[in-house]
This record gives sequence, structure tokens and C-alpha cells, in this order.
Amino acid sequence: MTPLQGCLLVSALLFAIGFAGAVTRRHAILALVGIELMLNAANLNFIAFWRYGPHPEALTGLMFVIFSIAIAAAEAAVGLALVIAIYRHYKTSNLDEVKDLKG
Amino acid sequence: MIWIVNNLWLIPALPLGAAGIIAVNKQPQRKLAATLAIGSMGVAFLLSLCAFSATLGHTGPGAFREIFSFHWIQFGGHWMDLGWVLDPLTAVMLMMVTFVGTLIFIFSVGYMAHDENFMRFFCFLALFAAGMLGVVIANNLFLFFVSWEIVGLTSYLLIGFWYHKPSAAAAAKKAFITTRIGDLGLLLGMVWLYAETGTLNFYDHGHGCLEGSALTQMAAHATLGGLAVSTMIGLLIFLGAVGKSGQVPLHVWLPDAMEGPTPVSALIHAATMVAAGVFLVARVYPLMAAGGIIGGHGVPVTTALTVVTWVGAITAIFAASIAVAQNDIKRILAYSTVSQLGYMMMGLGVGGVAVGMFHLITHAFFKALLFLGSGSVIHGCHEEQDVRNMGGLKKYMPLTFATYAIGMLALSGFPLLFSGFWSKDEILHAAHGWSVSQIPFYLGCTGALCTAFYMTRQVALVFFGQYRSAAVPGRSSHDSHRAEVLSQGSSSSHVAAAEDGRTPHSHQAQGLSHGSVSIHAAAAGDGRTPHESPAVMTVPLVILAGFAILLGFIGTPAWPWFDGYLTGEATPFDLGRLTEGGTLGLMLASAVIVFTGLGLGWLLYGIRPRQTAEEKDVLERAQPAIYKVLQNKYYVDEFYEATVIRFNAFTAQLCDFFDRWIFGGAVLAVTYVTLGLAWLYRLTDEHLVNFGFDTGCESLRQGGGELSKLQTGRVQTYLRIIGVALVALILFLIWGRKA
Repeated sequence: MTPLQGCLLVSALLFAIGFAGAVTRRHAILALVGIELMLNAANLNFIAFWRYGPHPEALTGLMFVIFSIAIAAAEAAVGLALVIAIYRHYKTSNLDEVKDLKG
Repeated sequence: MIWIVNNLWLIPALPLGAAGIIAVNKQPQRKLAATLAIGSMGVAFLLSLCAFSATLGHTGPGAFREIFSFHWIQFGGHWMDLGWVLDPLTAVMLMMVTFVGTLIFIFSVGYMAHDENFMRFFCFLALFAAGMLGVVIANNLFLFFVSWEIVGLTSYLLIGFWYHKPSAAAAAKKAFITTRIGDLGLLLGMVWLYAETGTLNFYDHGHGCLEGSALTQMAAHATLGGLAVSTMIGLLIFLGAVGKSGQVPLHVWLPDAMEGPTPVSALIHAATMVAAGVFLVARVYPLMAAGGIIGGHGVPVTTALTVVTWVGAITAIFAASIAVAQNDIKRILAYSTVSQLGYMMMGLGVGGVAVGMFHLITHAFFKALLFLGSGSVIHGCHEEQDVRNMGGLKKYMPLTFATYAIGMLALSGFPLLFSGFWSKDEILHAAHGWSVSQIPFYLGCTGALCTAFYMTRQVALVFFGQYRSAAVPGRSSHDSHRAEVLSQGSSSSHVAAAEDGRTPHSHQAQGLSHGSVSIHAAAAGDGRTPHESPAVMTVPLVILAGFAILLGFIGTPAWPWFDGYLTGEATPFDLGRLTEGGTLGLMLASAVIVFTGLGLGWLLYGIRPRQTAEEKDVLERAQPAIYKVLQNKYYVDEFYEATVIRFNAFTAQLCDFFDRWIFGGAVLAVTYVTLGLAWLYRLTDEHLVNFGFDTGCESLRQGGGELSKLQTGRVQTYLRIIGVALVALILFLIWGRKA
């Protein structure tokens, strides 16, 4: 098994765990945590393909991931703000109960 | 041109404006209404005086004639002109209408004082005056016709003034429809005249339809039956005059028109409007006389004028004989009016314009006097109109009696002193010299005898003997009858008067403060005693009585000023003419006739006065059959009822049948076919089109409902589906590549 295959395996595992968490958790923040895991799995893929790819000296993969992480941070902030707004409105953070678009 | 000619329109415009102002004002302003109406008539009278004096100064060949025309409306390349004419005929009619009108307006203030519709009355009176003056000044048959119809309308409105009385409403309708028959003839004549000459102007500096070239052309042009066009048009126009002037056979409306207030009877149905027909014939006299052979006295003889003469003569004797057997004081006068109008027509036919117009003018004064006198009598006797219930009024109403007697003598033609003698004598004189036939002369003489007789009868019954109303045994029943009439009919104040036992006269004294207080005080003791009328009513009577005497002297054979004035010739005073050409003999003969009539009347009614209201008339006892025929007016109304009206009703029923069953049936059939089609259409629509559409809609809606269940709103479900789909996609890609 090459290091690339190992990396991909880890990232696939990470994605699966994230997905399972995002789908199954009832609490909004935990679902958000699952989504962050899936995002990080993708980031790991980027790094792996860059490090073991044809041009590891070009630093392209690294740049992508740094951007991605920055955006993910912003996205996490927006996501948490949304969760708080939802909680204020519905007095709950259980995703099963938050199913109406109507106020 | 003199300013009065240009401003002649002011004379009818003034009363018209007054009528308009009265019409827009509120009901209780009586003083304003009376002031406006009388004032406008007074000013119109002054203007007429100017117009009259303008025609007086004229000397030279032919009569004075000034016209004023203006373009009114254009159709095609032709202008319709309107305009007015000032000639002696106009001037003398203007004088008569405005003067008599003013007096009658003043009289009305007293007569109508208690009527709640005082304003409406004066509005109509003023409108009538405007129409009548329009008729008089018109220089155009079209303008004439418009004014003529205004006059007809106001006549209708005023006859039906007390429209809550069914008899008044019916009389108004009868008057309107009967005159309409005549007006149809006038309209046809007008249209024909226009087609023939291309103008409706009477005089237009040689181009008018009553002037040289047009007349020659029409007289030469023969039409059906060999009659000249001028004759046919003349006869059609004469038909209008027959309707308006109550000539046989269209006279039936005039006696019924007495349902209106008495001043209306005096103004419209005695003095002015009914004379409009005579005036019309006088106005179009050149047309009637066109192409005639000059007969005796230099009077032309044509078919049209012969017809006019015969209609007039027959009307004169016919109506005079009916008047002999009437009992309603106003009806006697109404038939007398019809008869006198007949004389005027006869005068026009046999003697020309001057003869007919002279009688028109004198008649207007003494007949207005008689009607106003009868109004005073009716007023004084508490709305009593039956001469059998009067009697002895000489004592109670001396002033009314004196003036009424003057009017009666003038109408009878009492020799020398009274105007009626001179004007009637002139007609008889002309009739005697008529070259066609002597019969109209004898008819006229008989009519004169009847006139003297029935007037004596009326005066004897009303003013002599004793007052019969209170002496009647069946007095209470009569009273209740009258109370009933009053409560249906006239104003509420009369009812109040009847209830509290006061006389209308006491209201009079309060309301007008003109009443002669001493008589009133005497009358107040007995609520039913007749009383003299207030000054506002008697003063016009006195003035009219003066004219009834004086007017005769402008047309005596010795000094025929009126004749000369109309024709524009100088007329020196010449007593010698009295003895010329059998004039004196005829005058004597007519005096004998009058005295015979007066004597006969006095013999039968004056010497032994009627004692009770119920006893039979002297004539009725002597000749019951003839009296009955006369009393029922020769059954003309019944004859019309049986022929014209029944035919009309039959036609109406026939039309109704056609309308209801033939045309109505067709319409109904179409309706049902349409209904059936609509029903069918609805059925298809409901059960075919709607059903298919509804099913489609329903299934679409249900499908939408099913699908919408996928949209749960649960985010995690969506994520799950996405995950499953991703896995499925990956599996597909892997296996697809392998394959």
C-alpha cells in the first residue's frame, strides 16, 4: 500500500464518519460537526493528491487547502449563527422539529 | 326702419322671461309671480302701443308693412329664416292680446287668491301670453307653428289645471287631441307650401309665400280634383284654424275646456287663443283668395273662401242653437264663443280680413267681459255654476250685473250703442252681398236671433227673479254634493270655508283688503248669500265694459276706420254711406232681429221668473223633444263616441291583438328556440366540458399532493438521499466502466 492509498483510505474513513454524523445526529451543532469532518476529509484528499502528485514543488494543493480552511472557518461561524437564530425562533435545536420554511 | 320693428321680439320675450323666472322660483312667492306676470304684460302692452302708433302714421298706397328676418338654420344650400312682421293686422292683435291679457291677469290675482298653485297658474298664463304674442308677430309659418303649439300646450295645461278633477283631466286631453287633428292639417299645409314655394316667410320683399309671384304660380298650378294648389294648401291650413277655433266638426273640445279656471276660459277660450284660428285665416288670406273671381263688394270668391264661409255659417247657427238649452253659465258662454267664432270665419269668407278681424277684436273684449263676469258670479255664489240655482243676483252684485248686462247687450248686438252690433252687422251686410249664395246670410240672421235669445235667457235666470239656491227644498243634499265636489276639487281653503261656514269672501277681504266691507258685513250674517267680488276683480270688468261699448265706433259704416286702417286707405267720416247700398235697411232688419230675440227671451224667462231650481225649462215644457236634442248638443259627443272613438278603440284592440299574438308570438317563438339552445349548451358545458376539465384538474392536484410529500422539510432526510444517490452514482460509474 502506497502512502497515497493510505491517505485516501483515512480521508474516506473520515468522510464516512462525518457523513454518518451529519445524517444521524438530531442536534444541529453535532450535525454541523459532522459536516466539518467531511470538509476536512476533502482537504486531506487535496493535500494527498498534491503531495504525491506530479508537481509537489508547485505548492498549489497547499494554497487550496489554506483557502478552504479559511472559508470553512467563516462557514462554521455562519453555521453557528444560524443555529442560534433557529434556536431563538423555535426554542429548540432538534433538526427534526425544524422542518417548516414558514415562520 | 323704426326701432320697434327691430325689437318687436321683446313683446313675446317679456312674458316668456317672466314665465321662466316664475317657474324656477319656489312656491310661496305669490307676490313675485303676480308682479312679474302682470308687469311683463304691462310692458308688452306699452310696446304694443308703440308698434300700433308706428303703423298709424303711415300714409300712401297699400297697408303699412315692415318685416325683420334673420337666418336661423341651414339645410342643404337653403336657409330657413325666422322673423316678424309689423302690419296693421299684427298691431291690432298685439293691442288686443296684451290689453285683455293684462286685465285678465289682474282679475286672476283675485280669482285665484286661494289656490295653492298660484305660482304655477301665473307661470302658465305668462307662457301662454308669450306663445300667443309669438303667433301674432310671426312672419314665418314655421315660427307661427311653433308659437301655435306653445299656445296649444298651455291651453292643455290650463284646462287641466285642477288635474285632480277627473273631468278636468279628461277635458284637457280632449282639447289637446282634438286640436291636434287640426294641427296635422296645418303641418301638412306648411310642408306643401314649402315644397311649392321654397319659403315659409309670409312677406319677404316680394319673395314671400303670400306675395305676388308665389301666389300666381300656386293659383295657376292645378292638382287633384282640378283644385288649385293654393286652394288645397289654404284648406289644409284652414283645418288647423278649425281645430283651434272650435269650428264644426272639431268644436267639441271648446265647451269642455270650461273645466279650467274662469280667467283661463276668458283669456284663452274666449278672447285670444280661439281667435288665433281666425287670425291664421286672416294672415293667410292672400293665399286663400289667390286666383279668385272678384264678386260683389270687391271681395274675391274662391273655393277655399267658400268653404270657410260655409263652415263658419254652419258653426254659427249650430252652436247658437245649442246654447239656448244649456244650464251651466260657462257652457252657455262657451257655445256662444263657438258661434261667434263661426261669425268671424263667415266674415272672413264673405267680406275679407277687415270684416272678420273687426268682429274678432270687439268679440274679444265683450266675451272676456262676459267670462270674467261669470267668474265673478261663480265666485260670489260660492262656486255655483248652474244658472238654475242662481237668480236675483242683480240685488247682491250690482256692479257685476251692470257690466255683465253691457257685455250681454254687446254680444246680442243691441243697436247703435254697443260694439257687437256694428261688427256683427258688418258681417251680415257682407254675407248679404255674397255672390255665391244667400243661405249663409239667413243662417247668420237666425244665429243672431238665437244669440239675443239665449243671452236674455241667461241674464234673466242669473240676475232677475229671486235667489233660488237657498229656497231649494232639497238644499241639504245639494250642499253635501257641493262639499264633495270641493273636497275632490278646488283648493283646501274652499273646503275650510265650507266647513266653518264662512264665505270665501271673508278670506277675500282678509287676503286682499280690497273687498267692499259693507257688503261683506251683510253677507257674513248668512253664510250662503251671494256677495259682490272685490275691486281687483270688478275694476277689470268696468274697463272691459267701457271698451265693449266704445270699440264699435271704429268700424261703423259711416266711418269704417278699422277697414281703412287694415287696407291702408284714408277713410273720411261720411254719414251718407249709412244710407248707401241698403245699409240702413239691413241695420234696421238686424235691429228687428235683435229686438225679437231679446223680447222673446224676456217673454219666456223674464216676465214670470223661474221659482225653484228644479222646475222644468219653459222650452222644455213646450218642446221636450227638441229641447232634449239641444241640451245634449245634437248628440255630437255621442256620435263621435259611437263612430270615431269606437273605431279608434276597435283599431287599438286589433293592434293589441296583432301585437300580443302575431308579433308577440313570433318573439315568443324566438325566445323559446333561444332558450332551448341555451339549455342544450348548458348541458354540454356542464356534463362534457366541465367534467373533463374538472377530472384533469383533480388528478393534477392529487399528483401534486402526492409529490409534495417528498418535501418534508427535514434537512437530514435530503442529505441522506443525496448520500444514497452518490453511492448509487459511484456504483453505476464503476460497473458502467467495467461493462
